[in-house]
Amino acid sequence: MSKKKEDLSVDAFEYAAPQNLQDAVALLAEASGEARPLAGGTDLIAQMKENRRSPSLVVDVKKIPELNVLSYEAGLRIGAAVSCTQIAEFEPVRVHYPALAEACALIGSYQIQNRAALGGNFCNAAPSADAVPPAIAYGAALVIAGPNGQREIPAEDFFVGPGQTVLEKGEVLVEIVLPSPPPHSGAAYLRFIPREEMDIAVAGVGSFVQLSPDARTCGQARIVLAAVAPTPVRAKEAEAFLTGRALDETTLAQAGELASQAASPISDVRGSAAYRIELVKVLTRRTLGMALERARG
Amino acid sequence: MAEYSVIGTSLAKVDAPERVTGKATYGADLDLPGMLWAKLVRSPHAHARIKQIGTSRAKALPGVKAVITAHDLPPLPKGATAPLVGEVSIDMSAIREIVMASDKVRYHGQVVAAVAATDPFIAEEAAGLVDVDYEPLPVVEDVLQAMQPDAPLVHEDLHTLEEATQEKSGQPSNVSTHMVYTRGDVEAGFAAADAVVEKTYTTQMVHQGYLEPQACAARIEPNGKVTLWTSAQGHFTVRTQLVTLLGLPASQLKVVPMEIGGGFGGKALALFEPTAIVLAQKTSRPVKLVVSREEVLRATGPGAPAVITVKAGATQDGKITALTTTMRYDAGAFPGSPVARGLLVGLAPYKLDNMVAEGFDVLTNKPRVQAYRAPGGTPAAFAVEALMDALAAEIHVDPLAFRQKNAAEEGDTLPLGMPLNRIGLTQMLKQIETHPCWTTPLEGPHRGRGLALGYWIGGSFTSSAEVKINPDATASIFVGTVDLTGTRTTISQMVADELQLDPQDITITVGDTDSAPFADLSGGSRITYTMSAAAHQASQDVLTQLKERAAEKLKVSIAEVEYQAKRFWAKDDTRNEVNLAELARESVAWGSGPIIGKGSTTRMQPAHAYAAHVADVEVDPDTGKVTILRYTCFQDVGKAINPTQVEGQIQGGAVQGIGWALNEEYIFDNGELKNASLLDYRCPVALDLPMIETVLTEVPASEGPYGLRGVGEVPIVPPGAALANAIYRATGTRLYELPMNPERIFWATRGNGTNGSHGANGSGGE
Repeated sequence: MSKKKEDLSVDAFEYAAPQNLQDAVALLAEASGEARPLAGGTDLIAQMKENRRSPSLVVDVKKIPELNVLSYEAGLRIGAAVSCTQIAEFEPVRVHYPALAEACALIGSYQIQNRAALGGNFCNAAPSADAVPPAIAYGAALVIAGPNGQREIPAEDFFVGPGQTVLEKGEVLVEIVLPSPPPHSGAAYLRFIPREEMDIAVAGVGSFVQLSPDARTCGQARIVLAAVAPTPVRAKEAEAFLTGRALDETTLAQAGELASQAASPISDVRGSAAYRIELVKVLTRRTLGMALERARG
Repeated sequence: MAEYSVIGTSLAKVDAPERVTGKATYGADLDLPGMLWAKLVRSPHAHARIKQIGTSRAKALPGVKAVITAHDLPPLPKGATAPLVGEVSIDMSAIREIVMASDKVRYHGQVVAAVAATDPFIAEEAAGLVDVDYEPLPVVEDVLQAMQPDAPLVHEDLHTLEEATQEKSGQPSNVSTHMVYTRGDVEAGFAAADAVVEKTYTTQMVHQGYLEPQACAARIEPNGKVTLWTSAQGHFTVRTQLVTLLGLPASQLKVVPMEIGGGFGGKALALFEPTAIVLAQKTSRPVKLVVSREEVLRATGPGAPAVITVKAGATQDGKITALTTTMRYDAGAFPGSPVARGLLVGLAPYKLDNMVAEGFDVLTNKPRVQAYRAPGGTPAAFAVEALMDALAAEIHVDPLAFRQKNAAEEGDTLPLGMPLNRIGLTQMLKQIETHPCWTTPLEGPHRGRGLALGYWIGGSFTSSAEVKINPDATASIFVGTVDLTGTRTTISQMVADELQLDPQDITITVGDTDSAPFADLSGGSRITYTMSAAAHQASQDVLTQLKERAAEKLKVSIAEVEYQAKRFWAKDDTRNEVNLAELARESVAWGSGPIIGKGSTTRMQPAHAYAAHVADVEVDPDTGKVTILRYTCFQDVGKAINPTQVEGQIQGGAVQGIGWALNEEYIFDNGELKNASLLDYRCPVALDLPMIETVLTEVPASEGPYGLRGVGEVPIVPPGAALANAIYRATGTRLYELPMNPERIFWATRGNGTNGSHGANGSGGE
């Protein structure tokens, strides 16, 4: 404790606020030490104050037009710097992606949501990130810009471990792209916290269900677990189990059991591993039920 | 009782404008010319011998002006004490070790050194450069383990004091004091019972949760006198402690109280002030010391946890025949847990003819506990009130009827010996009978309603007030008690009514130790109660002086002078009058002299406070999470001087009790706190709480001009048991350990938790 710095001092760092993507990429690529993009700063600034990250360069990306896109045409495009509040209040998100709107309205507090960006929720790569599971459940892809141009990857392939992503030096997350929800589909996200707000998920589950054309069985399902593994994880066995089945309560409960097998949680001050496994079962069952209701309209 | 026009109204807080505009000055706001910043160096071990402290690297850092260790504090004979309040003294040699450890650290985060530097960043860096060589020792963390004969000793030379005989044990021990209070014949009492229930309850260490971290600043004046600014709850109390700790005469210390961002008992002791003063003396520059939130949580002194066994028997018709309890309170690393208060609070609501109440003050390698709102009361009431609920259920008696059958009344003797003066417990319980919170059926699955009682003795001790009449016919009040709860407003209301002035014509100032009349610290629900007598007396003194002057002018005797609404007149000739404005104006004229009234009180009787809380909850059977549907607080307040403030006090206390009951706890690993942040130390947030309803009973206290009782503390006492009893009715499972967080309830309702049997510890899944 005596050697550890507390919430007072931040190591010296350079700050830049480029106006365009090329400059941002160049700054990040040419930085000699660790360089971090800054959007809302709700994770980064706290980490710097607590000396959990000490970047030598902070690149404010809020002035870059591409990172401020928020549009719905053939799908939803969300610039990486768009705040949770903007997303949660964007009419097409509320109508077509309610699970994402709900997750964006869960993070921290109103003040945090006004600052925090969805791109930051991805890039911070906390296993407990609330907006990530619904985005993956909706089939999100991520557009990444770097010194060698742009690339697009499935959102679920973005994470490597706690705080770690596939972003290479000089790369910056540009936008999150969600496909138009297919007909007869629905999604939901629930997290469990002991309080009602201002807390971090003990466990979280985002579920997506698309019904078969006759609406009798499950055509496709995606289940994404939060805070129960080093990264957000898909519960693929549970998804496969649901495909082609009639979605009654027993089936949803069975899917919960299967989903819990995809979890590999730790025990910490927020909850034991055994309890987190139990929560995954409950949250999977409940989110599937909610998704199903939405799919049925 | 007289009619009042300001007392009993919800006057807006007189200091609200500066508070809500951010203009009020707190300790951390201080900025003195040439000021240095202090930073404390803290132990990374929960128990270790200090072999050596190397300060040369820290001293060599540019900007560092001083580095001190315990050797730089004046020596203090072991056992040196200072009065705290009333008959309670405090062991200042223990306080000195908390200020700065000399040879051994006894908890993680204990201070071992301090630095002063030209800015806070250098101070922090320098603190990291102080090299401390520790020899780690085995850690004892759990109160029951600490009581075992083979437990590591927190103090090698501490022997158990047997309170009754005042004898000390032969072997050293982690039990600092053992006390037993007995009455009647418990064996016969249990033999006469139709049902007997015995359970053991456990609570965890919790924090007071004040918003403002401790802050102080010290400056040595040109004449050598020390000026100290502090966030403490009592500046005179701090002065008294510093006199002993630093060997300074009281006259050489001016202690200036700052506005306080919450204290709840946690800011009563001079734990930081000595360091700021010694650093200021060493450097001849002002020194400011502000601790961080992490330091606040780790090491400034939380509320005490306890392991409590209660056994009670009752006859079929609901009469308690005998009760025994053993309360083991964890004091942390130095003696002084509130175990005696626990025994008192737990048992005070009941008539007990046959009783044995036993208490242990136990030491562990955890931070020394400090007072926390009704210190000791919440764990005790959790145990006793949950046990009473179980006993009532056992004999199929309604929990409210059971309390009514056994409720203490005026004339009964409290468990520790004192007879009860006038109390309103019976009247308060009667109000519950017909209140919708009790009579409305609770429908739906997984829902339950719980009732629990609470008690707090309320402090008295010394309070003083001066009231002056200004030349413009207004009044100024001068007090030495810091305002934690709105006491500036309530004291103003009393003086306004006594002098028949508009509240707008009253100002009130909290003065420093050189200028204000002496007062004990603000705590113990005592300020409004004792100040009612002091302010009343000072106001009467003013009126007497005014009447003397009026009598002279009206050429009648004082007895013939009447006063109302700023006007004095002769009883027999209402046209023969003089107004207050004239007397006030003349008071600063040559040959007249100021009008200053004085009031002081030091030994008022306790104004006992009783409360009952009714909670409705719903428990999510899948996750164990509790939602509070409705929460109602009944309380005998004697007389509500300011009903809105009284309600605010009750709501605030209930919320802290709810936090303690449901989610707040210190989680330790080998003595190191694992959740030293407000993210993981889970105080309730607004969305976790329903509107806390309040129902005030007004049975006047035996003493005091208005019959008021202190109201601030008792509302934190009942929530643990009220919620435990409600959770039992919602789930069919009784919980024996706080906090009743979702995971604990989840496993308990699946048969994997503590069953309340003695020595049971922890619950599944953690």
